[in-house]
Amino acid sequence: MKNKSKWLSGPYVLWMVLFTLIPLGVVLYYALTDSVTGEFTLSNLANFANYWPIFLRSIWLSIFATLICLLIGYPVAYYIAHCKPALQRLLQMLIMLPMCISFLLRTLAWVALLEDTGIINNFLTSIGLSALPLIRNNGAVILGMVYNYLPYMILPLYTVIMKIDHRLVEAAQDLGCNSRQVFAKVTLPLSVPGIVSGITMVFVPAVSTFYISQKLGSPGTILIGDVIESQFKAAYNPNLGAALSLVLMVLIFVCVGIMNHFTDSDDEESMVTL
Amino acid sequence: MRKVNRVFTALVFIFLYIPMIVLAVASFNKGTDIAVFSGFTFDQYKELFRDKHLLSLLGNSVIIAVLSSLVATVMGTAAALGIHSMRGRLRSAVMTMTNIPMTNPEIVTGVSMALLFAFVGILLRTNAVLGFWTLLIAHITFNLPYVILNVMPKLSQMDPDLTEAALDLGCTPVQAFFKVVLHEIMPGILSGALMAFTMSLDDFVISYFVTGSGFVTLPVEIYSYTKKPIQPKVYAMFTLIFITILLLMVVMNLMQARDKTKRKKAHGLQKEVGR
Amino acid sequence: MKRFLSIALLFVLLTALLPVQAQAAGDTVTINVYNWGQYLSDGTDDYINVIEEFEAAYPNIKVNYMTYDSNESMYTKLKTGGSLFDIIIPSDYMVEKLIAEDMLEPLDMTNIPNFAYIDESFRDPSYDPGSVYSVPYTWGGVGVIYNTKYVDEADTGGWELLWNEKYAGKILMFDNPRDAFAIAQLELGYDINTEDSTLLTLSANLLREQKPLVQMYVMDQVFDKMQRGEAWIAPYYAGDYLLMVEENPDLAFYYPEEGFNLFVDAVCIPKGSEHKAEAETFINFLLDPEVCGQNLEYLGYSSPSSAAKEFMDPEVASDPIAYPDTETLARGLSFSSLSLEGTQEMNSLWLTVKTADTTTTVYLILTIAAVVLVVFLWGFVKFRKRRKKARRCRKWKQAQ
Repeated sequence: MKNKSKWLSGPYVLWMVLFTLIPLGVVLYYALTDSVTGEFTLSNLANFANYWPIFLRSIWLSIFATLICLLIGYPVAYYIAHCKPALQRLLQMLIMLPMCISFLLRTLAWVALLEDTGIINNFLTSIGLSALPLIRNNGAVILGMVYNYLPYMILPLYTVIMKIDHRLVEAAQDLGCNSRQVFAKVTLPLSVPGIVSGITMVFVPAVSTFYISQKLGSPGTILIGDVIESQFKAAYNPNLGAALSLVLMVLIFVCVGIMNHFTDSDDEESMVTL
Repeated sequence: MRKVNRVFTALVFIFLYIPMIVLAVASFNKGTDIAVFSGFTFDQYKELFRDKHLLSLLGNSVIIAVLSSLVATVMGTAAALGIHSMRGRLRSAVMTMTNIPMTNPEIVTGVSMALLFAFVGILLRTNAVLGFWTLLIAHITFNLPYVILNVMPKLSQMDPDLTEAALDLGCTPVQAFFKVVLHEIMPGILSGALMAFTMSLDDFVISYFVTGSGFVTLPVEIYSYTKKPIQPKVYAMFTLIFITILLLMVVMNLMQARDKTKRKKAHGLQKEVGR
Repeated sequence: MKRFLSIALLFVLLTALLPVQAQAAGDTVTINVYNWGQYLSDGTDDYINVIEEFEAAYPNIKVNYMTYDSNESMYTKLKTGGSLFDIIIPSDYMVEKLIAEDMLEPLDMTNIPNFAYIDESFRDPSYDPGSVYSVPYTWGGVGVIYNTKYVDEADTGGWELLWNEKYAGKILMFDNPRDAFAIAQLELGYDINTEDSTLLTLSANLLREQKPLVQMYVMDQVFDKMQRGEAWIAPYYAGDYLLMVEENPDLAFYYPEEGFNLFVDAVCIPKGSEHKAEAETFINFLLDPEVCGQNLEYLGYSSPSSAAKEFMDPEVASDPIAYPDTETLARGLSFSSLSLEGTQEMNSLWLTVKTADTTTTVYLILTIAAVVLVVFLWGFVKFRKRRKKARRCRKWKQAQ
């Protein structure tokens, strides 16, 4: 029985090889060939030299967004995890609910709020104040990222904090820890898996986004996602786009790898679960 | 401390719901400018139901979401069972493969699939590769890890003796699976399916790269709408979707709550019988 | 199990609630029409709904309508492959490029008798000699739209308004290389079809200079931004200005004195179309003077068919912006297709304009700091581990 049931994952493995590994191979192929002649070339990858400032900006904006998400998300997850079960379910549902509405429209709603002729500035000018430059800067892009990906931080954190054995907390209290020490020595270390998967789930989509920066950013805050998208959708150069995607992918694997190294958490099962 | 935290949590919830309020208010707006409320009207809703195109796109989205989450749930649950019985290097290899779509940026997944399909198109010498099937394949692919990662913990929490007991009591392995294992991991399967459904319904980035001319989902169309002056009936549509999902979630919540109390009662009864 | 059943039931119910797509019986044919955004009258404000009228007139043909926002993105979609289109509406230079790359089907004019209504001057154009592959849809010029409420009349007149620092942050710019470079080239006095590397680089430099003043690079978004007063100045197509001014009467338009691009958009059938005859029926329907007149009255673009003008509001048909006088028209210049190398050079220069950055040092410093921090932390962890081990060893030895 045990040995046979291994084969149950056969279709899945086949599927993933066909539609995950092979496509990545195709990306590699495009990245290493010339767009016109189709010959082997490294010039697409060498183009990285021109785009590293954009890579850097994308990474830093998403690091800030991820940190803000963590700072906002942890107290919220902690609060939810310590509510009554019925309330917990309700709050968890309320966190998930915004994710069901198209994130394009939610971002557009932020545009409507922040624009020079938007809701907030209309209100400010109507009470006699001067309008604020709320949109088309790095801050607005970070706000958009935090808003869109905050649930992805709260949910894994909540799952992990909820599962912490309360007896451990009690034991620490019995041994004379005050509440701050309990938090630092018990709750925080035990929620590391949740923090790790939360960071991954926010950082990865944030670093590759293109819609948020298109709508909330300015021409000066272009992100790497925008560049990749434009290679596939406007300027026909899939080879350059593939090369940049490849670099982005490697960079993310390195970032996630570094983080996992420091936490050495085996996060096989702490990823997103409801 | 807890009071401070409560206020903070409330503020975060307000932050999360501000855009929804903006959209909902805009759906009752007479004017087209989202930032200026020029009068209350239901016209946008009337417009919405007159627009067959928009409704059929919503239909496309739901069809893809239902089919992809169903296929992903079946295939993913089987895979989770298989992985559960694996050990050592094989297991970690398969788990790494599962994590690729999770750690890979959506844009790279979308791009890689688009390139694959274009490649296949060149091989088959056809120009009509992109469409319903490519969209479905892409959605199944990014849904699979969500199902697996939701089912796996339930499997490892399950008591292996349960299956043994069922086998001892004369069940065939297949019966034992359907009567015991499936029952035990059902919450994981359900949450996986729900997650997959949500992800698929809201997916824009990957769909954007793999849609062709014939079959378009709602988010992709919304993207092209947001470049033109957006028609307020779109707000009306999303207000309705929001309310529908809210109601669905409340119903499911109530169902779950009732289920739990029932189970507790049954549990109590068992204990008494045991005594 | 029961719960599973109820969920499954919910799914089924949801699917059943969907508006079932009309699966018309028999041999209906669906043609895929790929057009610019806001470029076909869709029934708003009681104008003609072209697609509905067409489907009513030809019940066995259904139209699947999709939009793009620039010639380049349409070209990319065609090139990437994977999708079938039966109708596309590229601009002149793009028609020339597509013909050169053998991506268009020659039209069967016997299926398009309404071609007779096209004015003599639009037949046999330079981009498609003999009108073999294309039929003109509209024509028009590119000019500057500005908001009279905020923009000083004295500043208007030429392209330099787009470089005026007074309006920093309120200026929009084309989000496609061909139109954007043309503006820089006109401002500098170059030929808009030049492939000279130095001239292209100089134009790119001028665009880069403009970048800090630009609020956003836009195509279709120009409507929303200009109508609501979020932006004040934008170069765009004259026909679209006429649409915008109906929503916001503060807007005004002029053809810059340095010259401007005159374009023709033409209907074509791309290679690989499986329903060529039906697509030609659609083209013929578009050229019908009554349909064409009503459609273009809504679009605001200029008509290549004088017969269609009879069906337009006379005020629209004689609008000085849609149909400028000969003196203005003399300043108009048309695009011709660039060579592959020229296009690639322009594309990569355009990318450098769009990705040009001024604030890299901050990120560089941050990155170096982070790397140092990571190395330090790693060393610290190692060091502590070793000290712990050493202490344990010592204790063990002492215990011995």
